[in-house]
Amino acid sequence: MKRFFPFFVLVTLALLCYAFYQAMYVAPTESTMGDVQRIFYYHLPHAWVAFLLFFTNFLASIWYLVRRSERSDALALASAEVGVVFCTVVLITGPLWARPVWGIWWTWDARLTSTLVLWLIYVSYLVLRRFATGAQTQVLSAALAIFGFVDVPIVYLSIRYFRTQHPQPVIAGGEGSGLDPRMWTAVLWNLAGFLSLALLLIWLRYRLALAENAVEEAHANRALGPEAEMRSGKSDGRAEAEMRVTKPDGRGSAPQSSSAPKVGKPR
Amino acid sequence: MTVMAVARRTLAKDLRLEWRAKDAVNSMLFFALLVVVIFSFSFDPTAEESRRIAGGLVWVAFLFAAVVALNQTWARELRNQVLDAYRVSPAPAVSLFLAKAVGNFILVSVLELLMTPLFVIFYNLRSVGPVYQLLLIAVLGTWALVVNGTFFAAISIRTRSREIMLPLILFPISIPALLAMVDATTSVLTGEASPRFWLQLLAVYDLVFTTVCVALFDTVINAE
Repeated sequence: MKRFFPFFVLVTLALLCYAFYQAMYVAPTESTMGDVQRIFYYHLPHAWVAFLLFFTNFLASIWYLVRRSERSDALALASAEVGVVFCTVVLITGPLWARPVWGIWWTWDARLTSTLVLWLIYVSYLVLRRFATGAQTQVLSAALAIFGFVDVPIVYLSIRYFRTQHPQPVIAGGEGSGLDPRMWTAVLWNLAGFLSLALLLIWLRYRLALAENAVEEAHANRALGPEAEMRSGKSDGRAEAEMRVTKPDGRGSAPQSSSAPKVGKPR
Repeated sequence: MTVMAVARRTLAKDLRLEWRAKDAVNSMLFFALLVVVIFSFSFDPTAEESRRIAGGLVWVAFLFAAVVALNQTWARELRNQVLDAYRVSPAPAVSLFLAKAVGNFILVSVLELLMTPLFVIFYNLRSVGPVYQLLLIAVLGTWALVVNGTFFAAISIRTRSREIMLPLILFPISIPALLAMVDATTSVLTGEASPRFWLQLLAVYDLVFTTVCVALFDTVINAE
């Protein structure tokens, strides 16, 4: 897997460049909004990718509670973090687009408000991950992730009703009926580009999370003494970081040699 | 013992302790009183206006005050490792959760009963719509706050900076419930709209999250 990484980076860069070309030069200028409408090619793909990542976070959290696998917890963390970044981009590009088109930065419209609440929920998830201590972090945050995801449809329902009750200050513009086919092309290329970027970031973050876990475990094992180190070395050669930490120490040479081949094993 | 029997005993114990010490109720009441006073300095409403904003003021005050009580839910059980003893005992975890949630519900309801007259006096409130609907909103809304609050208090008690953590994770999830309570209360007070949709939404919210809490509590309490 590691060998594909540079290739993956190149593909992502190429996709993003081509998507940029599509969005800026190929897609026609929108008749009423003008060039500012081109922000749409970034706004919409980011929103879709963010929703996809939050859904991934939900599935990975459930999987963690079922199987207690460290990998699915790392995936949950990575997808939530990258999802919050993408959602932030949505919340920034939205007002940038709204200001010239609607004349206001923000309106408490159903879609805007529910996206904001979604963002708040996942930020609170990340805050919990930051403040929880020890191994229970994973269980607690998985539980919160399920709460957060279950809340999303209720949020959307409530805010939609709340807002349709009141007069709208603006007419919801943006996507909708009758999109030019060339516009669709630009949307789809950007979607592909940013989806690829998201996968790249998640991959990095996922590996980082696993390495962090391994370092923590190695520290704990060293504190416990050589026997614990030996046992953990045999149980699974989970990550290279563990080996890197234990190696200069010089202790427990037997388990290291037994698990040494796993170091170079592609994952 | 069955789930309900254990829950009843635990609830009785908690209420007895609370009755003797009155820690949670006193701090909650005083806090809510402070919020009411500070709000009335911040807004100086006439009777007509106050009907429109009272729903928000009342529920925000109750929400903040409820957090004070919710934070103390599990603190008592941490002393002398009572919670650990409970975990190794054969008593079902769900009954502990239900007892705590019902206990908090009773505490917050007492708070609401005592504070509502104050709000009525300070803000010259008079409801245009039927008052019994407010009671229904209060029951459903309080349970919505308390059921998640009790669960999240069990989460936040295991983090660093315990007391701060609870509102940070509780408020985002509670936004739809709070919105429903505020809007339902406002529509009853002003008599302009029917709170039916909001009551239904609150009922769904209560049902969904009670189920999730009961399903996940065992996992969370045994998290190592």
